[in-house]
Amino acid sequence: MNADSLSITCPILSVDDKECVTIAHGEGARLTRELIQRRILPLFSNDALASFGDAARLPSVSGQLAFASDGFVVSPLFFPGGDIGKLAVYGTTNDLAVAGARPLWLSLSLIIEEGLPFATLDRVLQSVAQAAKTVGVQVVTGDTKVVPRGAADGLFITTSGIGHYQDEQRYDCRDIRPGDALIVTGTIACHGMAVMAARENLGVVAEIESDCGSLLPAVTALSHAGIPVRAMRDATRGGVAAVLHEWSLACGHTLTVDENKIPVNHVVRGLCEILGLDPLFVANEGTMLVAVPDEFACRAVEALRQTAVSANAVCFGRVSQRKIAPVTVIRSLGREIPLDEPSGAFLPRIC
Amino acid sequence: MKYVDEYRDPQLAATLVAKIRNVATRRWTLMEVCGGQTHGLLRHGIDEALEDVVEMLHGPGCPVCVTPIESIEKAIELSRQPQTILASFGDMLRVPGATGSLLKAKSQGADVRVVYSPLDAVEIAKNNPNARVVFFAVGFETTAPATGLAVLQAQRLGLENFSLLSAHVRVEPAMQSIAQSPECRVQGFLAAGHVCTVMGYDCYQEFSRKYRLPVVVTGFEPIDLLSGIYECVRQLENGQCDVANEYARSVRSEGNVNAQSIIEQVFKIADRPWRGLGVIPQGGLVLRGEFKQFDADSRFPKSSAQFAEPPECLSGEVMTGRIRPPQCPQFGLACTPQNPLGAPMVSSEGACAAYYAYQSRPRIAEVGAEP
Amino acid sequence: MCLAIPGQVVRWIEREQPFCEADIQFLGIRRKCNMSCVPDAQEGDYVIVHAGVAISKVDTAAAEQLLQEISSSEIWDELNGNAS
Repeated sequence: MNADSLSITCPILSVDDKECVTIAHGEGARLTRELIQRRILPLFSNDALASFGDAARLPSVSGQLAFASDGFVVSPLFFPGGDIGKLAVYGTTNDLAVAGARPLWLSLSLIIEEGLPFATLDRVLQSVAQAAKTVGVQVVTGDTKVVPRGAADGLFITTSGIGHYQDEQRYDCRDIRPGDALIVTGTIACHGMAVMAARENLGVVAEIESDCGSLLPAVTALSHAGIPVRAMRDATRGGVAAVLHEWSLACGHTLTVDENKIPVNHVVRGLCEILGLDPLFVANEGTMLVAVPDEFACRAVEALRQTAVSANAVCFGRVSQRKIAPVTVIRSLGREIPLDEPSGAFLPRIC
Repeated sequence: MKYVDEYRDPQLAATLVAKIRNVATRRWTLMEVCGGQTHGLLRHGIDEALEDVVEMLHGPGCPVCVTPIESIEKAIELSRQPQTILASFGDMLRVPGATGSLLKAKSQGADVRVVYSPLDAVEIAKNNPNARVVFFAVGFETTAPATGLAVLQAQRLGLENFSLLSAHVRVEPAMQSIAQSPECRVQGFLAAGHVCTVMGYDCYQEFSRKYRLPVVVTGFEPIDLLSGIYECVRQLENGQCDVANEYARSVRSEGNVNAQSIIEQVFKIADRPWRGLGVIPQGGLVLRGEFKQFDADSRFPKSSAQFAEPPECLSGEVMTGRIRPPQCPQFGLACTPQNPLGAPMVSSEGACAAYYAYQSRPRIAEVGAEP
Repeated sequence: MCLAIPGQVVRWIEREQPFCEADIQFLGIRRKCNMSCVPDAQEGDYVIVHAGVAISKVDTAAAEQLLQEISSSEIWDELNGNAS
């Protein structure tokens, strides 16, 4: 059977098959191979991928490896400052980076809703390739599935990554101690609010760019400056509040941040005010929290500020012996108020 | 942000705290009416800062919390109809009815959309001519002009697919019902600044005289809240009970007459059940007869099902200031924001949720509030 | 209820009731808001917006006055006087 006879007999393959992904592209046959060979492989040329086997053969590495996986389901697929492709690379490589590992290899799995225009897919894939190049990570294996209309929202991506631990230092949030300083590497809440603003039903015109970016240079900067970092964590879902709660749970101390020192871009703040949202609970995609011994706080901030992704780093909090609440915020009047754990759906307050 | 940031100034706040402490010779019991004020008081720790001189009771001013279960059930039922888009404010989606919430209905496939403005729901109706768009309208007098405008726009645009499930309530009758209760402990009211922006405060003159209570129109930022509390305490110490306006940048005595005429044009006053409080005479707004075609209640038949509040939920006691949220035996145990028994634990402006978020654990040490 | 925040009128778009509309700026955010309740607001004025509808024009004099009154309070002198 050749492609021509297929296109005559198969009702799914109408004129759309030239412009859109169809169910047939996910059937594992010729169209699938064409999709992969024409649209995916040329973007990610490397030895492991070139063999086009079921598994990637990777060179051996001495020392310990880190392994992380993450799924991406953002809507809309494109938003100011990023897109699902960029997010899928930085999301997983950031998880490796904040664990102290240099990202080496990535897998890329696509779940495509039928009807997704090829133009959209190509844009996303180019973005994946660009981001992978920026981080210096190779996409070595992957998978493509097509699901019926309505079973996915355009495109879902899962990436898994393998990284190599760089040095002996291990970061562990259980090591956070009273007296430690808390640093945030940039203005917070940009990603969550950029995505929210991009959803047209809010009717707002806001120039907010997602912070979607690689944290690897920031981690490297800290390492080069010789900072004995206790823990690092990218503040994604649930925002800064979620990381603070996770850390407090792990180390058993109280983490306190100062509202007046939290870096928030004024446009982001405007949107948060309109919608009644607290920026501490809003997602980031290229901003992390760092806990360091107090005496290294200034040097850590200095080192971070030398790097573009963390140019706005500030020390904004402190760890103390466990008080009654695990996480507290010094609010604008100077009073220390407990900060609740993020929970439930993220909805504008409005009324 | 201009007209916001200046009103969060810690120095000025400290001055007001000092003034309140200086004028108070005893502890007074005040009620802030609006949920937004409750949120502000707890978020900034103002109630704690003044704990020994002022006891703050939290009023019923969260429209999401007082929306009856029947209305929520009706909204859920409508959202499950084919070709229907149900739009409402974000907070409303989480509130449990008897069979679940709008959020749950959405997860089961209903087209439920969060809007920032009722006018956005009109826009949805315009853009989806084949769908029936129902706006689940909750709110006080502050929101009524926006809902009224939505109806007027839909009428002007000839949108037959737009209707309103109205659960609009009026604040002043609820204050009456609290003030006239023999158990009422409130010695002074902080009136809701944005409700007064629309309705003015002339209407409180008679109320204040009748119940011999100071009524101070109060805004939402820390300086506004503290100014309102100061004025209230000052009056009480001087044996006065007047109506005062501490939110003058937004509120005029006569209110906003344009906004009032929109409300007047679209709605009429009616008795209305409040969740947790029972029927409040003249406590709500319903669409006037000439807008019947936009009234979801008359367009789509009401189910006769009756729903009861879980008996262990004391939200009525909380919203009338008889108890504070932590005094409810279910608070933080059987009732949490993840598993709420009643609406005040759900809405971010509900008193129970505000306590849970900012204060549920025993209070923590005060840090440098003094200048 | 009643989250409402101040924003600045940037540009009138539509003068006809009930569709009266202007672009309002809140920090770096712009949104079209209904102006039916504040038809006399001018470009540059601040209005208080709730649920997409401007419900009041900010009285700038009153806004200043409240802050002025508090900052000129002599309470600290009084307290210090009593203490000494």
